[in-house]
Amino acid sequence: MTNYLIKGAKPYGGEAADIFLKDGRIASIGEHLRVPGADVIDAAGLVALPGLVDLHTHLREPGREDAETVETGSRAAALGGFTAVHAMANTDPVADTAGVVEQVWRLGQQAGLVDVVPVGAVTVGLKGERLAELGAMADSAARVRVFSDDGMCVSDPALMRRALEYVKAFDGVVAQHAEEPRLTVGAQMHEGDRSARLGLAGWPAAAEEAIIARDVLLAGHVGARLHVCHVSTAGSVELLRWAKARGVQVTAEVTPHHLLLTDACAEGYDPVFKVNPPLRTAEDVAALRAGLADGTIDAVATDHAPHAVEDKESEWAAARPGMLGLEQALSVVVETMVETGLLDWAGVADRMSVRPAVIGRLTEQGRPLAPGEPANLLLLDPSTRATVDPAALASRSRNSPYAGRELPGRVVATFLRGVPTVLDGKAQK
Amino acid sequence: MKRHLLEAADLDRADATLVLDTAAQIDAALAGREVKKLPTLRGRTVVNLFFEDSTRTRISFELAAKRLSADVINFSAKGSSVSKGESLKDTALTLEAMGSDAIVVRHHASGAPHRLASWVKGSVVNAGDGTHEHPTQALLDAYTIRQRLGRLEGVRVALVGDVLHSRVARSNVGLLHTLGAEVTVVAPPTLVPVGVGSWPVEVSYDLDAVLPKADVVMMLRVQAERMTASFFPSAREYSRRYGLDARRMATLPDDAIVMHPGPMNRGMEIAAEVADSVRSTIVEQVGNGVSVRMAVLYLLLGGRSE
Amino acid sequence: MASSTQPARIPGGTDAPKPGTPAAGGVLLSAGDVGRVVDRMAHQLIERAATTDPGAADGGLSALVLVGIPTRGAPLARRLAARIEAFSGTRVDVGTVDITLYRDDLRRRGVRALEPTLLPDAGIDDRLVVLVDDVLYSGRSVRAALDALRDLGRPKAVQLAVLVDRGHRELPIRADFVGKNVPTSRIQQVRVHLTEIDGTDEVLVTEGDGLGTGARSGATRGSEGEAE
Ligand SMILES: [Zn+2]
Repeated sequence: MTNYLIKGAKPYGGEAADIFLKDGRIASIGEHLRVPGADVIDAAGLVALPGLVDLHTHLREPGREDAETVETGSRAAALGGFTAVHAMANTDPVADTAGVVEQVWRLGQQAGLVDVVPVGAVTVGLKGERLAELGAMADSAARVRVFSDDGMCVSDPALMRRALEYVKAFDGVVAQHAEEPRLTVGAQMHEGDRSARLGLAGWPAAAEEAIIARDVLLAGHVGARLHVCHVSTAGSVELLRWAKARGVQVTAEVTPHHLLLTDACAEGYDPVFKVNPPLRTAEDVAALRAGLADGTIDAVATDHAPHAVEDKESEWAAARPGMLGLEQALSVVVETMVETGLLDWAGVADRMSVRPAVIGRLTEQGRPLAPGEPANLLLLDPSTRATVDPAALASRSRNSPYAGRELPGRVVATFLRGVPTVLDGKAQK
Repeated sequence: MKRHLLEAADLDRADATLVLDTAAQIDAALAGREVKKLPTLRGRTVVNLFFEDSTRTRISFELAAKRLSADVINFSAKGSSVSKGESLKDTALTLEAMGSDAIVVRHHASGAPHRLASWVKGSVVNAGDGTHEHPTQALLDAYTIRQRLGRLEGVRVALVGDVLHSRVARSNVGLLHTLGAEVTVVAPPTLVPVGVGSWPVEVSYDLDAVLPKADVVMMLRVQAERMTASFFPSAREYSRRYGLDARRMATLPDDAIVMHPGPMNRGMEIAAEVADSVRSTIVEQVGNGVSVRMAVLYLLLGGRSE
Repeated sequence: MASSTQPARIPGGTDAPKPGTPAAGGVLLSAGDVGRVVDRMAHQLIERAATTDPGAADGGLSALVLVGIPTRGAPLARRLAARIEAFSGTRVDVGTVDITLYRDDLRRRGVRALEPTLLPDAGIDDRLVVLVDDVLYSGRSVRAALDALRDLGRPKAVQLAVLVDRGHRELPIRADFVGKNVPTSRIQQVRVHLTEIDGTDEVLVTEGDGLGTGARSGATRGSEGEAE
């Protein structure tokens, strides 16, 4: 196994240091390290961060390999600086059995670019009727700890309560897609001034907030862990703040696109901006940034949702919701959180690596940059800005909402257990 | 004029006035003539691309295009390759490859004409998209008001009914505001969109309070299925609170007019005796539709050389 | 008896075609000249009406309809009618025919606001229609007007009166009544100003914008005839 000596990188954006990676671990960090025989990587000016962990990725395999595969999604993730991604369960067939989650896990192993951690469905077929075999998935080779019907909300309160309780047995967590379905029938975009004018059926903030309010009460009542997917409204942030203050074991994520984009993107009806939950208002964006900065929101998760061209090149209502995120997530966080002074680099590491790993109960991810820790890390050039070209993305799909937008930061290298998955900004396999 | 007519906001005051003036000149030029045809758009092809049934709108556009000597292709999406999964984009590119200069599109999805406009080189005219807009309806309504009342500036218009789902309402709110009219939307609160506060209108839930101050009452079609989704309890209650009957009509100022874009639910939002009264412009609206659409086609297509 | 295919010559000096091309920026006709030219054309029209319908009690004037081509042909037609009435004591019908929707060059020149088409109550069927325009140039406006007239009725005869004929015909069309013949180059512009529209009466020749005749946009105002 090749050993790497990274020269002059700045761990967490601090003082420059050399980092020696040996046998999949960080062997030492210090000034002017000399290691005969190691491959030397000049990292002057680059920021070193622990490898990113995504709690929310749609890899589309099995079922929609034309939109993304475990391999292409893994490559996109590595290029984005990720070393682990949670693969959502809404595949075809649904990842609601040990068989399917093990298949996805194995495909991830074969690709070998990131740790692909399958998410198990909460209910059979995402139908919201009865629990899937959560324990079997937890006990499988995939060691599932995060369960989610994402795409669908577990809207039945009794079923949600049982799911929250049941996963306590194996320290699992239910990740809720918070959307009261009766309030979002036919919904197309955030309900407000713009939906009124554009004539698109509204997705009210209250539909998200009502479920979050209910679920934090349930989680508190049964003493279970709850994770809230893709929080999108200012009201949701307030509810989470309130619940955390009461000691509820609730965590939450926000997507890069909800940190950057608003419902103004719907003008022009380009469905690349159609996503669920929808892009909200500038006030919501500000509240989400503030919530992420003060820790009310624990993590940034991409909700990377590849879609085939024909599912996006259509009229708005016919298009599928979702947008790409893996390759631009860190850049968007730099733009919205670092360059605005809301987070420092340690904060970025915390929200994009440490906390998501803890939520997913991943013991070998989200670890600090310190001797003896697994060598999962990325090197970022924060000084370059580049315009996003969807055609140049590693994802099989092209539905990036950032097309044509200039964003800061470029992932130069990613290491997974000491092996470079990305070098010079290029995927290594 | 912009290349496309997708929504009322595509017309500034000068453009909107130009459309109305042009329609009036066309009306005058054709009045009493045996030959109702003009050679203006000879050699141009106008495609009526209708994803939703609307015989009256399609015929109005067809007549408008034919009176300007354009070649007209009616393309109904029902039963065609479109219903078999061909995308809107493929359809658009096919029509363009066949040499269409303008596409008049009616679609059940809000914003479909905007998408179409981003794919084709010719002009796109929105003939009604989902719950978004129907700009030529608003133009013919404005034309009718101007014809009856002699002005638009300061005219008080009550827009009554299912504003939430009405493309006619959205286009009229935009265009009438552009032309200086004062609009009040009147509806049960369930049928007023959240976000109406950003519209240049007054909002009222009380039809009786609005009528004595209205120069124009524009009744919107209310579909019975709204009842099952609990937007209001029953047709009877809706009609009692928001329907225009003879008693209510009597409270209007003397010169006030009653409009309806059609098709009407007689007995629901409008009583038969109101629809057939001298205040009613419903028949004129249909005729004016052809003139206004001729003006739109002429102004969009007339000067385009690419 | 003048043949109707011969341009009428207005007696006097102002109509005499000058050899060569007028100097740029020159005033071709002053306000006084315009008045005199209109008067002479009115006399010509009276004479011609009488020869067209020799037996008529009113000198054929009741059969005459002066139809102006907007923009400046319209006031010109009204002026001619007023002068005819002043000279003959007979009221002459006047109308306008907007040719915009009959043009064959919409693709090149773009759309413009329409002007009214107004015909006398008696219509134009079996009458002598004289089209009136300010400048005769390529002949395309006149052709469009003839097309429009065909849709409006069936006159007994159609004749053409223009204030200025600047040549460069692209169609086999000639005027029956010409206020002034002006040989011009194609890059020059003839601008007719009339009090009713422009606040003053004058005819100017200016150097063109260098685009030649075909490519100039309708935005070049001053004379409808220029944008023919
Ligand atoms: Zn979701």
